[in-house]
Amino acid sequence: MEHLWLIPALPLAGFALNGTVGKRLPQIAVSLIAVAMPVLSFLWVLKTLSSLGSLETAYIERYFTWIESGALNIGVDFMVDRLTAVMLLVVTGIGSLIHLYAVGYMAHEGGYYRFFAYLNLFMFFMLTLVLGANYLLMFVGWEGVGLCSYLLIGFYFVRKSAADAAKKAFIVNRIGDFGYTLALFLMFVQFGSLDFGKVFAAVAPMPVEHSAGLLTAIALLLFVGATGKSAQIPLYVWLPDAMEGPTPVSALIHAATMVTAGVYMVARSAVIYQHAPLAMEVVAIIGLLTAVLAATIGITQYDIKKVFAYSTVSQLGYMFLACGVGAFAAGIYHVVTHAFFKALLFLGAGSVIHALEGEQDLRQMGGLRKKIPITFAVLCCAWVAIAGIPPFAGYFSKDEILLAAHHHHPWMYWVGVVTAAMTAFYVSRAMFLCFFGQYRGHHHPHESPFIMWGPLAVLAALSLFGGWYFKVPNYLAPLFPLAEGGHEMALVAISVAAGVLGIGVAYVLYVVKPGLADSIASALGGFYKLVYNKYLVDELYDAAVVRPIVHGSRSLLWRVVDVGLIDGCVNGTATLARGVGGVLRAFQSGNIRNYAAWVTLGSVAVLVVLGIAVGGAR
Amino acid sequence: MPSSVPLSWYLILSAILFGLGVAGFVVRRNIITVFMSIELMLNAVNLSFIAFSYQLRQVDGHIFSFFVMVVAAAEAAVGLAIILTVFKNRATLAIDDVSSLKN
Amino acid sequence: MDAILFLIFAAIAVGCGVNLVVQRHPISSALSLVGVMAALAVLYLLLGAEFMAAAQMIVYAGAIMVLFVFTIMLLNAGSERKTDKALFARLFGVPALIGFIVLIGFLIRTLLPKTENVVFGTFTEGTARGVGLKLFTEYLLPFEVTSLLILIAILGAVVLARKEI
Repeated sequence: MEHLWLIPALPLAGFALNGTVGKRLPQIAVSLIAVAMPVLSFLWVLKTLSSLGSLETAYIERYFTWIESGALNIGVDFMVDRLTAVMLLVVTGIGSLIHLYAVGYMAHEGGYYRFFAYLNLFMFFMLTLVLGANYLLMFVGWEGVGLCSYLLIGFYFVRKSAADAAKKAFIVNRIGDFGYTLALFLMFVQFGSLDFGKVFAAVAPMPVEHSAGLLTAIALLLFVGATGKSAQIPLYVWLPDAMEGPTPVSALIHAATMVTAGVYMVARSAVIYQHAPLAMEVVAIIGLLTAVLAATIGITQYDIKKVFAYSTVSQLGYMFLACGVGAFAAGIYHVVTHAFFKALLFLGAGSVIHALEGEQDLRQMGGLRKKIPITFAVLCCAWVAIAGIPPFAGYFSKDEILLAAHHHHPWMYWVGVVTAAMTAFYVSRAMFLCFFGQYRGHHHPHESPFIMWGPLAVLAALSLFGGWYFKVPNYLAPLFPLAEGGHEMALVAISVAAGVLGIGVAYVLYVVKPGLADSIASALGGFYKLVYNKYLVDELYDAAVVRPIVHGSRSLLWRVVDVGLIDGCVNGTATLARGVGGVLRAFQSGNIRNYAAWVTLGSVAVLVVLGIAVGGAR
Repeated sequence: MPSSVPLSWYLILSAILFGLGVAGFVVRRNIITVFMSIELMLNAVNLSFIAFSYQLRQVDGHIFSFFVMVVAAAEAAVGLAIILTVFKNRATLAIDDVSSLKN
Repeated sequence: MDAILFLIFAAIAVGCGVNLVVQRHPISSALSLVGVMAALAVLYLLLGAEFMAAAQMIVYAGAIMVLFVFTIMLLNAGSERKTDKALFARLFGVPALIGFIVLIGFLIRTLLPKTENVVFGTFTEGTARGVGLKLFTEYLLPFEVTSLLILIAILGAVVLARKEI
């Protein structure tokens, strides 16, 4: 026994402690508990992995039967294989760093203990999601992280926008979960089990479905769940709004870990997907579309966190593209590197926001390079990483994905390259607007404390060298065989060139000739406005889905069904009872002789009936 | 004039007495008279018990009316005590004034 | 002879019963009830229930009715007030009563099996010996339970009649 349960149990203990008595503890104790638990969890992961060795096959620990009902038998089982190991390291490692950062970032916020309790709870659920050895246990984590996401987006719940964003995230995720649960039902009906091992063993000998079939349905339904959790078209709309939460939350949940759960789930279900090429195609195309769409929106946004949020959506699209073209290892690789540099981007953005006392608008920034040099330095590392400049983290994973895409369909590669250029462009734009030129705001920027930039420095190192040092695809080779064929240098050069081009264009537009960007924007006119307004997708959903439901509920369900039918039944019953009671009340005179008279009358009636019945029978 | 009467006459007498008891119960307003009406009803029932006992040539009917008598005695003791208490509290024996069964 | 006796005492019982109902003063009603009981005692005797006849006189007419009369005296109960509400009872009460009795009579005549004539002396089990045998063998437990009932009644009466309640 390696006591895998300790990994999620430690953050859960932190949640329990801070959630119950945190209010009475001094802030330092709350911080200590909150940070120590993920760190201990991380150390326990390291210890477990070192003692488990190479992990060529999955290591499973079975604890107890959770649900046993007829053929359904769900155990609380934890499983570690190489895929899990990668995710565990990312979740606990990045999670610990972000907890540490949050201690500094949240120092002056109200509800300090509450924040960390939620954050630890999130860690617990995320680790359950990753460790669970069956789809239902995974679903527990899946729902749990959704809950924590809701709680943390709505952390500033007195702000209406935050509360609304939280609700939006929850509801949109619920739509995705609907697909996930349907997939679960389908799997149970077909395979009689939700255990990864049993399901995959049942799927493996099945023929590959070239036309839509059972496995395609399961795969697509699972992917519906993934689009909700990992913010893909059409359910991505919640993620940009989720930036209402505190920045460490954006970094941990909405960039590094939770939103990658969908990718993890798809990679985990690789066997199913490999038997359903149609579903793979859908995944790839949705991923690609999301990547392009979100990148274009990201170019136009002025809120620094919104830019990074759309960047996250776009990068997640990349990951699904990878999965869709069969390069699951590359997808997970990108999950890892993206966790490094996107967490860094968000935390760096948080540091900027912290320095500017809450300012998030890029137009109110500028020239911060000299005022907050450490933040600038670490953000530069993230910048080169996400732009795909070799040999930094983003380059390796993005390259793997693009090569796999080219192998699958060359046009996907080209779209990917354009997206890569756009990615480099919008990040550069944000960097230039933020750190170069003249300071346009009216705050007094100050550098963040060590507890904040310390984790940033670690993440910066990971962003620079993490991709080169952690060769995830090689590590995952037993699960997902490496693609045959070497790197074609031409393709690599093109994608790198695209990144450089993006940076260069941004440099020209925002540093050399500021103002040119605005004139281009006005030249594009309507299209720019459309993109700036996020393609009016929110408005579209509002008009197509939300309003009909609200109006239908209001006019039909409320006024007709509820008021008319349900209330009518209830009130009718009451009226009936009152009417009958009114009649009966006349009998209840309180005068005992009246009662006696009625009793007599009743018994006489009985006698009459008796007489008629018996006399008639005679 | 026959020398004997059918048993049913006794039963009809019982019914008449019972009906009178009911009438007294319903008509009279004095609580003690009402109480006596109840006793009249009990007596009427006793008569029918004993009449049936004769018909069946069994003594069980006597036992039943004996028990009725016992219960009537107990009832009289408690009932009259209640009447005393009511009178002490309300200074009235009119049953209409004692309608606390309602509200 | 039996028929004459029955008719005489039935008439007394009915007359006293009517008197009980129509009298306004409770003491008149109480004395009427004593008359009913006495008449019934004779009828019991005619039915061969000599123990019950004695008990009727001793317990009912003797003890219970004395208790009634005593209470009436104690409370100094006067005549009932006349109220208008009695109009309804006056108009419909007597016809309803007659209807009730006719109904019962009809039921007795039609539904019961043919009843024999009551001849004094043909049923002699109702002596103190006959009743006692039954009471102390077959009905011993109920008999003992009645003692408990009476005990409870005494306690209840004592509690209720106490001064402060």
